[in-house]
Amino acid sequence: MKVSLFITCLSDAIYPRVGEAMVRLLAKYGVQLDFPNVQTCCGQPAFNSGYWDEARATARTIIDAFEDSDFVISPSGSCTYMIHHYADLFKDDPAMLERAQRLQAKAYEFTQFLVQVLGVSDVGAVFNHKVTYHPSCHGSRLLGVKDEPMQLLQGVEGLEFVPLPFAEDCCGFGGTFAVKMADISGAMVSEKVDHIKETDAEVLVGLDMACLMNIAGNLRYRGEPVRVMHLAELLYEGVTQR
Amino acid sequence: MSHASTATKPKTVKARADLALNDEFLRKAVKFTTERLRLGKKNASEEHGNWDDWRERGRQIRLHTIAHLDYYLNLFVDNARANGVHVHFADTADEAVKLSLAIAERKAAKSVVKSKSMVTEELHLNHALEGIGVEAVETDLGEYIIQLAGETPSHIIIPAIHKNRYQIAELLSKEAGETLEPDTQVLAGFVRKKLREKFLEADIGMTGCNFAIAETGSMVLFENEGNGRMVSTVPKTQITLMGMERIIPSFEDLEVMATLLPRSATGQKLTVYMSGITGPRREVDGDGPEEMHIIIVDNGRSLQLGDPEFQELLNCIRCGACLNACPVYRHIGGHAYGGTYSGPIGAVLTPALNKNVGEWDDIANASSLCGACYEACPVKIPLHDMLVYLRRRKVERGHGNRAEGMGMKGFAAVAGNSGRMARALKLGKLGQKLVARDGGIRLKIGPLKGWNSYRVTPELPKQSFRDTWKTLEGELRGGLQEMDEATRDRMARIVQERGQGGKGGGHHG
Repeated sequence: MKVSLFITCLSDAIYPRVGEAMVRLLAKYGVQLDFPNVQTCCGQPAFNSGYWDEARATARTIIDAFEDSDFVISPSGSCTYMIHHYADLFKDDPAMLERAQRLQAKAYEFTQFLVQVLGVSDVGAVFNHKVTYHPSCHGSRLLGVKDEPMQLLQGVEGLEFVPLPFAEDCCGFGGTFAVKMADISGAMVSEKVDHIKETDAEVLVGLDMACLMNIAGNLRYRGEPVRVMHLAELLYEGVTQR
Repeated sequence: MSHASTATKPKTVKARADLALNDEFLRKAVKFTTERLRLGKKNASEEHGNWDDWRERGRQIRLHTIAHLDYYLNLFVDNARANGVHVHFADTADEAVKLSLAIAERKAAKSVVKSKSMVTEELHLNHALEGIGVEAVETDLGEYIIQLAGETPSHIIIPAIHKNRYQIAELLSKEAGETLEPDTQVLAGFVRKKLREKFLEADIGMTGCNFAIAETGSMVLFENEGNGRMVSTVPKTQITLMGMERIIPSFEDLEVMATLLPRSATGQKLTVYMSGITGPRREVDGDGPEEMHIIIVDNGRSLQLGDPEFQELLNCIRCGACLNACPVYRHIGGHAYGGTYSGPIGAVLTPALNKNVGEWDDIANASSLCGACYEACPVKIPLHDMLVYLRRRKVERGHGNRAEGMGMKGFAAVAGNSGRMARALKLGKLGQKLVARDGGIRLKIGPLKGWNSYRVTPELPKQSFRDTWKTLEGELRGGLQEMDEATRDRMARIVQERGQGGKGGGHHG
């Protein structure tokens, strides 16, 4: 059984701590992750901007990288969902389409894998803080990851959960959108942070480092001391503190 | 007002959005009303109890009708003609305008009262009527307000969503010739009185059409103010303008639409007035027009037929739920989209109907692709996917931004190969030494300017994940827990079922 880690470029380059937390947490359940070194980016920046030839080039790399894997686990719902778009990219190439669909069937977002496959909804963590949760759009709306993170958070001892007002609203990241339409994106992330402040939470947790980088960037810009964590980090920290 | 007329509107969505972002009144007004509407929709769909099933029913009705649009259009036209309606076809906006003006001229009309109709906005019909000396009066309260302001609607169902009641009081006071209090009762009372006179004077009543029923040849209007009923009963002549895709097969299908549309639009269980009009006044009828015309407008709609990526656009029932759900619309309002239709549906519909990707190719960029529009849509139109298709078509036709195109080629070269990606990362780490302070980058120049105007960019850590992998893997290999048997079996079963069950991610929601 080969369970591979799809780290995503952002977690690889900027947030290696998220990958490490995932690997260490899954090891507790006997999952020995494999890391195909040839993996790169899912290709979403090019795909969403309309550059599908360029997106196909990176999609091929990802399809190659996980050809032999039985499960592919990623700390991002958005990058996992991008794999679903590979079928659009290769709709006129039957051989690649078949490989793309095979990859799609085995691609899981981290909490999906933990809850649906490993059957774990309580990792036995303790985390004595006030926490709020931002559900990232692609993970929750498009991939359908809604209940899993809530179950995992409910399982954490000592954690005081505060619902985020208008939680389902986009944080304004949107990839190249944040650069091309910087002021609209800025208005969106500012509103998101206003809502986070309303909760008085010490910690903001999420499942997608792109969105969290966006929100953390605005929190820091405004000098707000809210700690921003991926759920894998929170769970692993909570387990080690037990 | 900066966004008052189409003539002075800036050419890019970014510049138009900037106007809105700097207009605190507009942002507050739009935010206030969209929040009220989407909360209403949320409650109404939860209260319905079976919302997703009904969305799917709605989608199937629309998919079926559009797939057989030629058949249902013919059926509708035959039945409407048998009911005594004069039916006309207009391929273009220009033709639709000419047909309308010809009727007005033949009737020697001096005044037209209109109920709310987005298709007439698309045709700029009021302007054309005024051009031949016919007064055109909007009788929907919101439409009346923006007509007085000399503006265009900024929302599909709430045309004056960008105005607060103080601004509205100012406009109406000017019309009244006296100061009216900014009180909703007072303001609506004034308009009601004023419009009564207009209804009685009008030679022609002009309406849009929410649904056209093929099996009976009826046209159906949804409204809340009763003005639509006045427009379609008082004047002697009625002209209805409808997009060619407004058809549904039967009154049975209308039940589904009558449930989906008001709940999605405003959170109402039913619309206040739902009028089904089947031909002009008969002898036994108490009221109604003596003469009735229906003008069926194409104006770019048939271009979507047979296009697998955009045909579903014709399924839209114009409820505005995607606007209310959209976080971009909330901040920039409707005029920033530049066309008749705004919000996510407008960002796709405007370029699609206009065929002119060159002129409209930037509005698809005004979206973070969050999918809130798709989730809100009562007939499940995948607008977030369509926005990407529009962007792709723009690139394919060579309308892409050159710098972005080069950047994407660079992206593919780097992200298509892990070695090159590692080298790029190394360069980044070297480069950031010049600009990073306390683990963050605050520089506001070049590509970082926009991003860093609202954020601090995190510094790249010394080691990437792949740099640390070998050590991490070695450390964990020794202390690995044994996987419990049940989990091992479950995983094996999943892999096995996947092999049999074929393709697609069956585990996804």
